Amino acid sequence: MQAFTVLTGLAAPLDRANVDTDAIIPKQFLKSIKRAGFGPYLFDEWRYLDRGEPDMDCSQRPINPDFVLNKPEYQGAQILLARENFGCGSSREHAPWALEDYGFRAIIAPSFADIFYNNCFKNGLLPIVLAADTVAGLFKELTPGYRLSIDLTAQKITKPNGIEIAFEIDQARKYRLLNGLDDIALTLQQADKILAYEAARAKRAPWLFASDQA
Amino acid sequence: MPGKTLYDKLWDDHVVHQEDDGSALIYIDRHLLHEVTSPQAFEGLRLAGRKPWRPMRNLAVADHNVPTLGREQGIADPVSRLQVETLDKNCAEFAIQEFTMTDPRQGIVHVIGPEQGATLPGMTVVCGDSHTSTHGASGALAFGIGTSEVEHVLAAQCLVQKKAKNMLVKVEGRLQPGVTAKDLILAIIGVIGTAGGNGYTIEFAGPAIRDLSMEGRMTVCNMAIEAGARAGLVAVDEITIDYYRDRPFSPKGGDWCMAERFWRGLYSDADAVFDQVVELDALEIKPQVTWGTSPELVVAVDDSVPDPELEVDPVKKQSMIRALDYMDLQPGQAITGILVDKVFIGSCTNSRIEDLRAAAAIAAGKKIAANIKQALVVPGSGLVKRQAETEGLDKIFTAAGFEWREPGCSMCLAMNADRLEPGERCASTSNRNFEGRQGYGGRTHLVSPAMAAAAAIAGRFTDVREWL
Ligand code: SF4
Repeated sequence: MQAFTVLTGLAAPLDRANVDTDAIIPKQFLKSIKRAGFGPYLFDEWRYLDRGEPDMDCSQRPINPDFVLNKPEYQGAQILLARENFGCGSSREHAPWALEDYGFRAIIAPSFADIFYNNCFKNGLLPIVLAADTVAGLFKELTPGYRLSIDLTAQKITKPNGIEIAFEIDQARKYRLLNGLDDIALTLQQADKILAYEAARAKRAPWLFASDQA
Repeated sequence: MPGKTLYDKLWDDHVVHQEDDGSALIYIDRHLLHEVTSPQAFEGLRLAGRKPWRPMRNLAVADHNVPTLGREQGIADPVSRLQVETLDKNCAEFAIQEFTMTDPRQGIVHVIGPEQGATLPGMTVVCGDSHTSTHGASGALAFGIGTSEVEHVLAAQCLVQKKAKNMLVKVEGRLQPGVTAKDLILAIIGVIGTAGGNGYTIEFAGPAIRDLSMEGRMTVCNMAIEAGARAGLVAVDEITIDYYRDRPFSPKGGDWCMAERFWRGLYSDADAVFDQVVELDALEIKPQVTWGTSPELVVAVDDSVPDPELEVDPVKKQSMIRALDYMDLQPGQAITGILVDKVFIGSCTNSRIEDLRAAAAIAAGKKIAANIKQALVVPGSGLVKRQAETEGLDKIFTAAGFEWREPGCSMCLAMNADRLEPGERCASTSNRNFEGRQGYGGRTHLVSPAMAAAAAIAGRFTDVREWL
């Protein structure tokens, strides 16, 4: 996983509440058995005027000129400014994969759906929760070329005018993201604890372990 | 010290290791897998040279991509076929039990788990699918996870989690005839909103919940995620215990007695403290119909489409305007005046036997309206299908003009051939009315099975209470 330390990048506004993961990456692209290559299909139904199918050459497709990410001034955006309950709906991790593959590294919103929020951290994508009026303020200020600087270690965002905004983040998640650590390797370091738990639980709830002999 | 909530009890029982920062390593008793969210997880295992920690704790089934017609001929779409074949291969390689596409036990992952007794009270249950919340109906802690976590559970049988907060949704009174578990959960979502449950585990309680069958409780917990909560719960009672007796994976003999004794302790203590409590009166709930592109955009069937101009919150107002535009509806329009093109009875929300019975009771002896282009009934599993056929429900449906299909997710998310065409309007018993969910440009209205069947007969939405 890609580590996240400091990011200074262009921000793009997606001014809609309850953006669901079906909208972030529609189901037809979930048929892929790979983890990469979802970026061209990010927000497919909003971004293109035709109906997207897997393995399409997106450079040949008709673009929706009104969709914010298609505007020339937001090309290369790495920070997405969003509204409440971003990433709701399906648990598909293809949503953070698509956002990351497109080039986003951070998303700022007043709230995120729990599963999506969790999935972001596994993919080097930083979801930042800010108060609703702070986010509303950013939406007002955001004009083309607006760049934010995000420092994960210091847990702060610096606006173009130099004003800083602090943000909260869970310390374990921060540590893993800063170091790009593999969660599974960390957990397997505790294998003895898992085995001890299983042995104790098998005494309390033997019916659960009846089939484990295989 | 105050008592514990059901969620507290389930959580405490599964903590392998508590970290200082509040996160914990949680043991997972049952891991369900399907073809869409697992291939990258198996690939990850292979690349890291890891093996499943407890292969027997996993149960896999293909459901999202499978055709509901002509299954003997295999899957026509090569991309879908590859995904299903990949699941078959991965399960064979890693010695994981799978109900393959032609197995009579195959079905939607959240239908077959309880049906087989593979997901039991008191368990932690996870699956790479947000509607894993369904299994909470049995008093299990069940929640959806992403693909990285699927790989994590395969490798370690554990997950690193932070405990959620406790919410109690208490439903007093009784549901009126014609008002179902589906209407109840839609009404609850209408009250707390699609983000209202973010960060919470919701326990559903009160006389109206106790009155529900296991099937009804599953419908309610299924849509906890649509209220933003990863997990929904219902305490164990006699109905739960009866349901699990003699299921194929249920404990047997002495194990059953011990399990039953333990399960009977799975309720919230009377003095337990919830972080939030929401109370509703079942008597006030009418059959519900969603009119927008989020499950919280819902009204009673005898109501009309709301006017965004009356909404004070600017963000909500914007979403309403967008939803009306996408759904091609006008403020003030009566719900019962909305014509329907297609009807879908199925999905992990409403495809169990009780749902099919409710729909068949409405359809019996009638014909679908001339304007209905297609009305699909898709049982949740092969065993539900067989049971329905034994009861003659398939004959009732086909005589009325419905199509009787093979089990799977089908038009709930349209990954297979069953879908809406652009602009088509559907009365659907599924759980999500998002833009494009049932097909590009399709328009979804979420309703109960009886309401969907009535819409098929009437050709438009109609109050099923008038049909009883
Ligand atoms: S029926 Fe629908 S909601 Fe349920 S698992 Fe299948 S696709 Fe998901």
